[in-house]
Amino acid sequence: MAEVLAAVPARTAAAAGRTSGAFPTAGARRRYVLVVAMLTLLAAASLIGLLVHGNPVPFGTAGFWRIVQLRVTSVLVILVVAIAQATATVAFQTAANNRIVTPSIMGFESLYTAVQTTAVFVLGAAGVTALQGVPQFALQVVLMTGFAVALYGWLLSGRRGSMHVMLLIGIVIGGGLGAVSTFMQRLLTPSEFDVLAARLFGSVANADASYLPLAIPLCLAASALLFTRARRLNVLALGPDAANALGVGHRREQLRVLLLVAVLMATSTALVGPMTFLGFLVATLAYQWADTHDHRLVLPVAVLTAVVVLGGAYFVLKHVFAAQGAVSIIIELVGGSVFLLVLLRKGRL
Amino acid sequence: MNAADGTARPNPAPETDDEIVGLGTRVRSREHAEGTGSGISIAGVRKRYGDEVAIGPVDLEIPAGGVTALIGPNGAGKSTLLTMIGRLLGMDEGSIRISGFDVGTTRSKDLATVVSILRQENHFVTRLTVRQLVGFGRFPHSRGRITRADEEVVSRAIDFLELGELEKRYLDELSGGQRQRAYVAMVLAQDTGTVLLDEPLNNLDMKHAVRMMRHLQRISDELGKSVVVVLHDINFAARYADRICAMKDGEVVAFGPVADIMRGDVLTDVFETPVSVIDGPDGPLAVWH
Repeated sequence: MAEVLAAVPARTAAAAGRTSGAFPTAGARRRYVLVVAMLTLLAAASLIGLLVHGNPVPFGTAGFWRIVQLRVTSVLVILVVAIAQATATVAFQTAANNRIVTPSIMGFESLYTAVQTTAVFVLGAAGVTALQGVPQFALQVVLMTGFAVALYGWLLSGRRGSMHVMLLIGIVIGGGLGAVSTFMQRLLTPSEFDVLAARLFGSVANADASYLPLAIPLCLAASALLFTRARRLNVLALGPDAANALGVGHRREQLRVLLLVAVLMATSTALVGPMTFLGFLVATLAYQWADTHDHRLVLPVAVLTAVVVLGGAYFVLKHVFAAQGAVSIIIELVGGSVFLLVLLRKGRL
Repeated sequence: MNAADGTARPNPAPETDDEIVGLGTRVRSREHAEGTGSGISIAGVRKRYGDEVAIGPVDLEIPAGGVTALIGPNGAGKSTLLTMIGRLLGMDEGSIRISGFDVGTTRSKDLATVVSILRQENHFVTRLTVRQLVGFGRFPHSRGRITRADEEVVSRAIDFLELGELEKRYLDELSGGQRQRAYVAMVLAQDTGTVLLDEPLNNLDMKHAVRMMRHLQRISDELGKSVVVVLHDINFAARYADRICAMKDGEVVAFGPVADIMRGDVLTDVFETPVSVIDGPDGPLAVWH
């Protein structure tokens, strides 16, 4: 019997170039490099465009650079939100073993909406200003992270803990908070409602430069931790039984990932407001474009895509429509169409 | 190895020389493997589901090597027992040891180098090629950093299950039988002494079921692994297994060599339906209807 196997290594050696790596063929690898190069170029172009385009002061003068400096804030905000949303959504979908969910539905955004609405409802138009400031920002981040962690911890740690039940309860709580917010909004005066509405669209302009010293480290730390766990995420994606069989404690790993996702989503939402569709859009596009299961390669593509989408939307809004406001509207309109197009053309997630 | 807390840790020492080369060199004759005295020992294992349904107490010694088939009617607890052996399901009482390692206390990542298990439903979300899937079998050894030695093992596992032609295909481009073989190759690449499979013949037609059973037999004969497999068709068990373990109502009612279990009275009792055993061209055949 042993001779059967003795023959095997010879065949293996003959078939050199057999690899279990992220790309089955050299063509797929080249395609990935090309995609990353293109996305990097586009991302750089949109960010540089935001910095220098339409600067009324002639290039090179002191005034020119002062205006560029003023615009650095929005570029930083875009980077923070892009990294947070992209990493969080890809990791969340893997932890949930489901490619059509987004962490936004876990109640982060409805909690944000409820907090903002309550502030305006109780304090009037002054409520919006009452919520601005670094301590308030930190409080919102802590509140949203705490809410999510409590929910995950409670629903996933039990003996019969189930991801599906957790998602469902997250959606129900989100819906409940949304309904309460809508009810309070009905009772606001039109002018108060107007002030509030501006806060409820995801917008780069919502962010204040003073939040960044807190938001940047939070975002970088949490996303870096997720990046270092990329190989474990790959195993997690195989499902609970396969992951456990391969020695990756599925439940524990899932909770760790969800904790990091909560930090990222809370930071992003407290910074710019709801961006419901952004994470979902870039995660789906990233899987299409990277065309691999390997999170070490999908995550960078997702981040770059998010920078392009967010930076591009903000650029278009600012310089084409001369409006500062809600990037989320553009993202949902254009992004939604791109998303449908890609999905219909490829026919799979 | 950190054994400070007194729990058993798989000490890879007895197998290290083989580990780098993997699969092929682990060839042992079945007689030799039986002599090592490792294997699976199950002592007083119980699992409760509510007040009515319970599994156990199960006491069972499965010797190392060979193919052991778990048979029994629906709801007898075959899959539950198998998943408890493979530590995918916790037990309420008792203990299970595989090759000396206590399943309840050994760290999961260490256990992953001792025992591999394949469940029935494999719902893979990601876009994976056959070879990438099989490569995941090396995770317990390489923590995701696949070395050249790992690639060798992966290649052998793929060739062993005759998947060489398909290794670059994506899983969603395969037929059910091919996909099943890919999963088995992944478990094989994990290169553990004990391999557990939960109804690997599910959804396979005659041809593929026969081929799958031959593969499992070869995994045990040529690679010296202990294979424990849940089977629905007792005639497959009779033909390809070395021993049969019959379960009923959560308990083991009969365990022994095929000849001892393939008897009309035993099977009639296990399945609560008249079964007679006749002599077929390749050994005993159970007949019912």
